[in-house]
Amino acid sequence: MKRRWTLWIAYALLAAALAALPFLVEQNLGRTWVRTLDFALLYIMLALGLNIVVGYAGLLDLGYIAFYAVGAYAYALLASPHFGIHGPFWALLPLGAMLAALFGALLGAPTLRLRGDYLAIVTLGFGEIVRIFLNNLNAPVNITNGPQGVNLVDPIRLGNWSWGRSQSWLGVEFSSAQLYYYVFLALALLIILASLRLENSRIGRAWEAIREDEVAAAAMGINTRNIKLLAFAMGASFGGVSGGLFASFQGFVSPESFGLMESITVLCMVVLGGMGHIPGVILGALLLTLMPEVLRHTIVPLQKTLFGQVVVDAEAARMLLFGLALIWAMQWRPAGLWPSPTRRRELARRQQPEAGP
Amino acid sequence: MDIFIQQLVNGVVLGSIYALVALGYTLVYGILGLINFAHGELVMVGALVALSVVRTLSPLLPGLPGWVLALLGTAVAAGVCALLAILIERVAYRPLRHAPRLAPLITAIGVSIALQNLAMVIWGRQYHSVPPLLPAASHQFAGAAITEVQILIVALAALLMAGLIGLVHRTRLGRAMRACAENIQVAELMGVNVNAIVVAAFVIGAVLAAVAGVMVSANYGLAHYHMGFLLGLKAFTAAVLGGIGNVGGAMLGGLLLGIMESLGAGYLEDLSGGFLGSHYQDVLAFFVLILVLVSRPSGLLGERVGQRA
Repeated sequence: MKRRWTLWIAYALLAAALAALPFLVEQNLGRTWVRTLDFALLYIMLALGLNIVVGYAGLLDLGYIAFYAVGAYAYALLASPHFGIHGPFWALLPLGAMLAALFGALLGAPTLRLRGDYLAIVTLGFGEIVRIFLNNLNAPVNITNGPQGVNLVDPIRLGNWSWGRSQSWLGVEFSSAQLYYYVFLALALLIILASLRLENSRIGRAWEAIREDEVAAAAMGINTRNIKLLAFAMGASFGGVSGGLFASFQGFVSPESFGLMESITVLCMVVLGGMGHIPGVILGALLLTLMPEVLRHTIVPLQKTLFGQVVVDAEAARMLLFGLALIWAMQWRPAGLWPSPTRRRELARRQQPEAGP
Repeated sequence: MDIFIQQLVNGVVLGSIYALVALGYTLVYGILGLINFAHGELVMVGALVALSVVRTLSPLLPGLPGWVLALLGTAVAAGVCALLAILIERVAYRPLRHAPRLAPLITAIGVSIALQNLAMVIWGRQYHSVPPLLPAASHQFAGAAITEVQILIVALAALLMAGLIGLVHRTRLGRAMRACAENIQVAELMGVNVNAIVVAAFVIGAVLAAVAGVMVSANYGLAHYHMGFLLGLKAFTAAVLGGIGNVGGAMLGGLLLGIMESLGAGYLEDLSGGFLGSHYQDVLAFFVLILVLVSRPSGLLGERVGQRA
């Protein structure tokens, strides 16, 4: 019973810390960092969604951002002056998730027979197809407004409350970014919970079996087709939810946000953190969202103190360091920064390399 | 009909370039089973290095004919790319050869990002215009205009590919490469120096990429630090289309992709009644890729591997 108590106290402390975080950040670092924190939460949701496909089921997906785009556009088109429709956020969010899941199954269906890198290139192609359509569906019928994107997307609303401006509640002033933080946090926790429950479920074990050996999994009576489709759909639905949140938070969506580089970034979060391990994936998402921001704020002052002037273009230096950090991190810990215990055991046991291609 | 032939000519030119780059992917993949995501950046480095060589040399040696300059630029670019490829292999891929499958993919992405931004630091963000070193004369061919540069691109690409086929099938190095592609551990047991073969595959790919980079910049008259990414992606698509790991497949896939793209750019609008414009050429390319892979899951010429790799 005693351990139970300490656990509850730890949870309470964690909850208090998470609740206080946006205020501490805003006071000490400024409002932009609250926005960064919001984006970190968004990326945690995205990375956990991709983790289902790549980490659990072992299907390499390089077009994951397409589902984020589907969710974002579904919300943006149905809650903005673009079509003059202003649907309620709380109904559109599940709708976006369902639509994204449908797209996930749509992508999954023709690719069931493909393995490894062939699957990777098809998913990559799928992601590009979605982006190109979003970019060009402004003529002859204007659906997506093309490269200009959709503007003035509605913020989250609940009754008289709008997340788009500051609100005061019980005498405390909440800024828009802080309000979004709590919604994102709640949904991120929901997604973490869903991932945890899935991991130890019948479905989660089936995914793991497929990842380890598809033929053996099928022989054990797993319906590999349905289970793989489910992985695609489930992962996509998480992407759809984050997309809807992104659209309402940003107030603006354009195809530019959904390029291949974005898919690759999310994949890097999953692999760098530790595939298939929820705390690892969260760590990866946090690191890869916060690191570029930290570099953005330190590179110019650092150069000024070292050389007295800006020698290297800050953006280039930032991304250069980012690339080098990726290389270094993977060499340092090839299984990810925080791999799951089972995976680490497997790696330790299997000193012999796997057979070649 | 004239448009058809013109688009076909453009497609063959583009396709030869894709094929050269695709070979680099396929050689490395065949041996290591690794998608060398940074390969596209070598194309960019090749183009920009050649450009810099030409720019520094042309005021120093004003009498030099254009083709000598172009040749010098290409040679230096090939050398730089080969060295870079050796460095990348040593630093980013060799330590991870026995790591989980996705780890080298992430380092490859890291290398790609690092190279792109290094190039941005060196050459800046702007588009560089490439001086026309070769005569820009254009010939009429069955109703289509084809420039001498384009003829040269196709001829050189064909020559290089023939040379590579000869290398792979007729030489000792080629036999060792094929042995490694078959089974790298057994090859090692048979006394093949696997590391040397892997480096050779990277170097050959890098030289081809450098030549392709010069070709692209000569064909479009532009070079840019970001040019390698999309090109590399297309070339990788081509390699997969043909069956990755298969040298002939990379060539076929490259040509097909190039032709498909340029025919798509020319005809998509008419075929779809104006609904889909030429912006959709990439959609067409990826769509065909998906169709091909659905019916032949390991590419056009790929070997039928069993369910277990």
